[in-house]
Amino acid sequence: MPGGFLLVLGRELRIVLRRKGDALNVLVFFVVVASLFPFGVGPEPNQLRAMGAGVVWIAALLAAVLSLPRLFAADHADGTLEQMLLAPRPLLVIVLAKTAAHWLLTGLPLTLVSPVIGLQYGIPGDALMTLIASLLIGTPVLSLIGAAGAALTLGVRGGGALLGLLVLPLFVPVLIFGAGAVTASLIGIKPDAYLSLLGAFLAVSSLVGPWAACAALRVALD
Amino acid sequence: MSSELFRFASPQAFFPVAGKMIPWFAALAAALAAAGLYVGFLVAPTDATQGEAYRIIFLHVPAAWMSMFLYCVMAGWAAVGLALNTRLSGMMASAIAPTGAMFTFVALWSGALWGRPTWGAYWVWDARLTSELVLLFLYLGFIALKEAIPDPVRSDRAGAILALVGVVNVPIIYFSVQWWNTLHQGASVSLTRSPSMAKTMLIGMLLMALAAWMYSIATALARVRRIILERERDAEWVRLSQDGRQPA
Repeated sequence: MPGGFLLVLGRELRIVLRRKGDALNVLVFFVVVASLFPFGVGPEPNQLRAMGAGVVWIAALLAAVLSLPRLFAADHADGTLEQMLLAPRPLLVIVLAKTAAHWLLTGLPLTLVSPVIGLQYGIPGDALMTLIASLLIGTPVLSLIGAAGAALTLGVRGGGALLGLLVLPLFVPVLIFGAGAVTASLIGIKPDAYLSLLGAFLAVSSLVGPWAACAALRVALD
Repeated sequence: MSSELFRFASPQAFFPVAGKMIPWFAALAAALAAAGLYVGFLVAPTDATQGEAYRIIFLHVPAAWMSMFLYCVMAGWAAVGLALNTRLSGMMASAIAPTGAMFTFVALWSGALWGRPTWGAYWVWDARLTSELVLLFLYLGFIALKEAIPDPVRSDRAGAILALVGVVNVPIIYFSVQWWNTLHQGASVSLTRSPSMAKTMLIGMLLMALAAWMYSIATALARVRRIILERERDAEWVRLSQDGRQPA
């Protein structure tokens, strides 16, 4: 497994890093969305502190949905994906590698930028660490479940909006416990239980997501 | 026995059987609904705390039950379709989805109308309301995905995968939302406290629930007949059976 996994992962990263704009756009989108909320709800600091974590998390969900259609689309368009299905290597390894690449290029950068937005919303140090931890555990879930959504909507008309409709409801638990962890930190409760539950979601989605993505890819390219 | 049953996995064999069953289930639904509404509105006593407004439960509770139950049935058909590769299973899943979405919507709508006089608000972010709303989104996603894929085989399989992922998530979403709610605002309004219900109320509700079952079966069968006709329109048996009725 490691050989094929690293090969595909390296390929995915190289392709994106040659066109850095795509990955950067998602990151900028994340920052812009998160910065819009104060214009809508007003600059009252206490209110902003209370909603900061939720805003960061919702912006992360939207950024994930925005970036997901590209997960398989380019390889589907030029026929590479069909070759990957025909290859002797298990499809699961390829899907896992692509999912990992997606997280490295969207989830991880979002997590690294999130403290800046947290500071804008006046989230203090401890809670800021919790925000980073929750994103670090939670954003891979978005990539894993999102991969299944991307595979299901592959080559379907109106794929982008449809993808959002399919995966956003499934992201609800991650949103609840991701933002909940930070809120707990803010009011002085240890966030461990929330982070453990996020870890449990990560475990479940790493079983369900890639399985569903593989099945959906086989259906799409049948 | 089993081969006899599996004969009806063929759309051609199932089509006339479904046609024969629909009037029975429709009649049962009408009769049970009439009885349920009679008991609910004329026999059941007025609730001591909620007054007459509680009577919406005769519509609301069966709708909420059916909304969750139908999603499981739909996922069950989807799983059968994926495992055994039977065409009819995917058609059944497609036929059930709109009824399930309708019941979810009715549960939300009637809940809002009940909430206004009882809680003083059409909508509160109560755990049950919220998970019902997410369930509606899951139904809409399933329907939208199936609509978006023109090829029926691909549409059925993709829908089946989505329904299975959804059915794994439904309990997770339900418990997450419940915990989220209790942590955020405490149980300010709770649907779970069940005052010992008058027997006639319970009977009315069960009659309505049975009516909702019969209605769901009848509509699903009627819809699956349409889907069979649409998908098999080039098959000889469809043309032969439809020629007499619709001279093209």
